[in-house]
This record gives sequence, structure tokens and C-alpha cells, in this order.
Amino acid sequence: MSTAYDKVKLARAKGRPTGTRYIRGIFTDFIELHGDRCFADDTAIVAGVARLQGDPVTVIAIEKGMDLKEKVYRNFGAPNPEGYRKALRLMKQAEKFRRPVICFVDTAGAVCGIGAEERGQGQAIAMNLMEMMTLKTPILTIFIGEGGSGGALALSVADEVWMLENAFYSVISPESCANILWRDPKRAQEASEDLKLTSDNMRRLGVVEHVFSEKGLGGGELYGTLKNEMINFVCGKMALPVETLLQQRYERFRRFGAAEG
Amino acid sequence: MLNKIFRKPQNELEKGGRVPAPTVAEDAELTSTCPICKTATPVSQLWEQLNVCKCGYHFRMNARQRLHVLTAPGSFSELYGDLESRDIIGFPEYERKLKNAQLACGEKEAVICGTAKIGEMPCALFVMEPYFMLGSMGTVVGEKITRLFEYAAENSLPVVGFTVSGGARMQEGILSLMQMAKVSGAVRRHSDAGNFYAVVLTDPTTGGITASFAMEADIIIAEPGATIGFTGARIIEQTTRKKLPDGFQKSEFMLEHGFVDLIVPRPKQKAAIERLLKLHERRAAR
Repeated sequence: MSTAYDKVKLARAKGRPTGTRYIRGIFTDFIELHGDRCFADDTAIVAGVARLQGDPVTVIAIEKGMDLKEKVYRNFGAPNPEGYRKALRLMKQAEKFRRPVICFVDTAGAVCGIGAEERGQGQAIAMNLMEMMTLKTPILTIFIGEGGSGGALALSVADEVWMLENAFYSVISPESCANILWRDPKRAQEASEDLKLTSDNMRRLGVVEHVFSEKGLGGGELYGTLKNEMINFVCGKMALPVETLLQQRYERFRRFGAAEG
Repeated sequence: MLNKIFRKPQNELEKGGRVPAPTVAEDAELTSTCPICKTATPVSQLWEQLNVCKCGYHFRMNARQRLHVLTAPGSFSELYGDLESRDIIGFPEYERKLKNAQLACGEKEAVICGTAKIGEMPCALFVMEPYFMLGSMGTVVGEKITRLFEYAAENSLPVVGFTVSGGARMQEGILSLMQMAKVSGAVRRHSDAGNFYAVVLTDPTTGGITASFAMEADIIIAEPGATIGFTGARIIEQTTRKKLPDGFQKSEFMLEHGFVDLIVPRPKQKAAIERLLKLHERRAAR
């Protein structure tokens, strides 16, 4: 029986397939599109148009990088405000051309830094939350590794959220949580349990709809499974009237913590 | 009467907060010392000055106190005041922390919602409470603010909000994070129906609050000198090992970088908000 912290370590493990591997494994004709049209292109988020079994989709993936050189180039998968703004720009484009949006999340969190604050990290995330809630096209988000707080949520206001079994989703990193609670980041193991951040907890709390086994991680089998489920998702959601789609998305989030009384 | 409204902050829980504990002066009158100009001002006088030092430093103010100075006498009617948090994910010590917070500040949760008039103008209002777990947002805070926006949308009311928060409440795990999306959805619906939302960011407004409804208003006002940002300054300093620029994440910095519309000192807020509400009165469609 593996502990929550074992899963956290697996989600962060070296060699674990990252965002662009999923793009390559699942879609065809991917064309990467760059830039937020305001300030910069954030290399921590890879986004563009592609085909899912022939149909056009917009794909957005947080990319951590696999080897050191790529990790540095990708800023270890920590997006800047420009990354979230690029994502939103391309979501709006997807809405215009009535194609679904598929996001892959794998981040320890949004960039923590002076420049990110100066350019409105909080504002960029806030805009995504608000705009995604009423984006008139289906949105699917898949957690493939780390799901770090607001930086992960900013791509996850979706009609469905799926997760790989060893991915996690948390309001705060277990290390920071342990640091705040006990002033001891080494107690991250306990904090991981307390935060209930594993995929089975997410499923139980209704935060994700599907959890996928990691058998064949990084291989064609898992990509194939994800692809088939995605096609079903897209068919189902594209058939809904837009008002129904948006109502269901609103209610999906509305029900979290609806206290009695 | 005043004593009931202007409760002395019991900020044992808020170590590191910016309100120094009142010290007993020689004449036995309580004073508060300004961290900027170091002047000790009698607490009674400070209350008359809306907790603003002569030098302009804004001390923290609790939510009831804000409501009292902001709303027309007798106009405030509280909504959802009976909602209380509980330990939903089995987080250690959370029940005790909640109880302590309730005892310390006399509120059931970290936000007060209701309807009121500001001057002559009716509005829906939320005011966050700095002395309740530093205004952190769990499911009840999210639920109350969401309900308020839904109520305001149904009744075509503007929303006025005062934020003060350390962010999402980690003791409720992922469900706290979900509140950011939930509230954002309600803000969006209220906005799409043509309603006005003004927010006043007070010290501190950080984390998941900045990354949601603090930045989603039509007009964003900041109180002078408030800390407003996503990641806390200390964490940025530790992570980047860089010296932070002067005034980093202060209201004035946020204004300079284009993220707030205007800075309004506390004594002028009521008039400014009333004027904005009047300027945004719903007009019949032509």
C-alpha cells in the first residue's frame, strides 16, 4: 500500500512523461502557436491546434521538460502570467472556431517571482477562471503529474477533469503545508496524507470524473486509452446545446462545499 | 455601544499580523503604535480616525467595524450568517482552530455578507474578516460569497466587496481551491447580467483571493499601503534569493503596474463608493 507521499514522489519522478509527449502520443497535425500577444511567449506552456481522430481541437499543455536542459528551457513547468494569457487567447480562438479545448496539467505551481507579480500572476489566473466558466466550447483537463494549486486550477475550469492514478492535485504543496503547520518541511509526508491530494481522494470528493491506471505509462496503450475516452467526451459534449454545457459546468463547481442550511 | 462594535482585536492567532497589541501607557489608556512613524495613538482616538494613523498608515480593521462606518445606519441586513465551517477532510487541529478563531473575533466565519445602503445606494456587500484565520477562504467563505453574487444577480443589485485574506484555507484541502472557480463563476454570471461589482483590496489580499474575485471586479480600489499579490513576499525572497524592490506588492506598486483602478484612503471610501454606485445605476434599455 503506497502512501500519499509515495504518489507525490511518483508524480514528480524523473523520467515521467511530460505534456508534449501526450500531445505527440494522442494527436496528429499539431501546430504550436506562440505568445500572449501582450508581452512574451511562455515556454512552460505549449499550446496549439491539432487533430483528434481527424477533428480539430485546441491543445494546451504545461510542459516541465524531461532532461535538465529542457527543464531549464521550460522553467520546470512553472508558468508565468503570459502562459495563462496565451492559454486564454487560444481558448477564445477555440470558442470562435467551435473546437474543443484539451488541457494537460503538470506543474508544481505558477511562477513565484518578482516579474510574475509585476505582470499580474494573480490577475492572469483570475481571468482564466472567470473566462473558462463561460467559454462556449467543451473543455477537458487531464492531470498527468503535479497539480499545484492556483497554477493548476487556471487550466482546470473544465467540463470534466481526469487524472492519472499517481498524479495529485493540492491547494498547497505538502512541503509548504508542513512548513506552515509545523515549521518543518521535512514533515511533508504527514502533510501529504492530511491534504487528501491523491487521485482516489479527488475521485471521492468529486473533483475528478475519471482516474486512469498508469499501466503502460509513456507507451501507446495509455495514449490510446486516453484518446478513445477523449473522442467519447468530445462527441458527448459537442452534442449538447451550449446553454446546457455551460449550466453543467457552472453546477460542476457550484456544488463544491455547498454547506447545508 | 461603541465597545460592542469596535471590538478590540484579539490577535493572538495572528502572529505576524500588522496590528501591534495595544500597550498600556502611563495614564493607563490603551495606545497603538504606528509601525511607520512610531507615534503611539490612544485607541479611542484611533477609532475616531477609522484606525488610520495621522501619518496615513492604515491599521487593520475588523469586518463589523467596516460595516458600521460604511453603511447607512440600520440599513445592513446580514445574509447566510448561520453558515459554519466544519472539518470536512479530517485535517488535524482544524476543529480547534475554527473554535479559537470564533472565540477570538466573535464571527462564525471569515466573511460577512448582506445587503445595505451606502449613502442612498442599495447594494449587496461582502466584507472579509482579518481576525478569522487571516481571512482564509474555505468552503463556507466561498459559499457565502457565491450566494451573495447569485442573490445580487437575481435582484439586479451591485456588489461591493472588501477583501482581506491570506488565500485559500489549506485545512479544507482541494475543496478550498475549488471555491476560487465557484466564486469566479458567480461573479461572471452577475457581470454578464449587466450588474456592477466594485472591490476594495485591503491589507493583505494575497494568494487565491488575488487569483480570483479580488481581480475580477469592474472597478478595483485599493486601500493605501495594502499588500496585494499572488505569492507572499517572504516566499518570493526565499525562493529567488533576490532583494525585493521597495514597496513591492503594495497598493501603489499595483497601481503603477496597472492592476488597480485607484487608491482611496479609508476616510474617503464611503463617498467614493457611493459615487461609483450612482455612476453605475442600471439604466433602462433604449
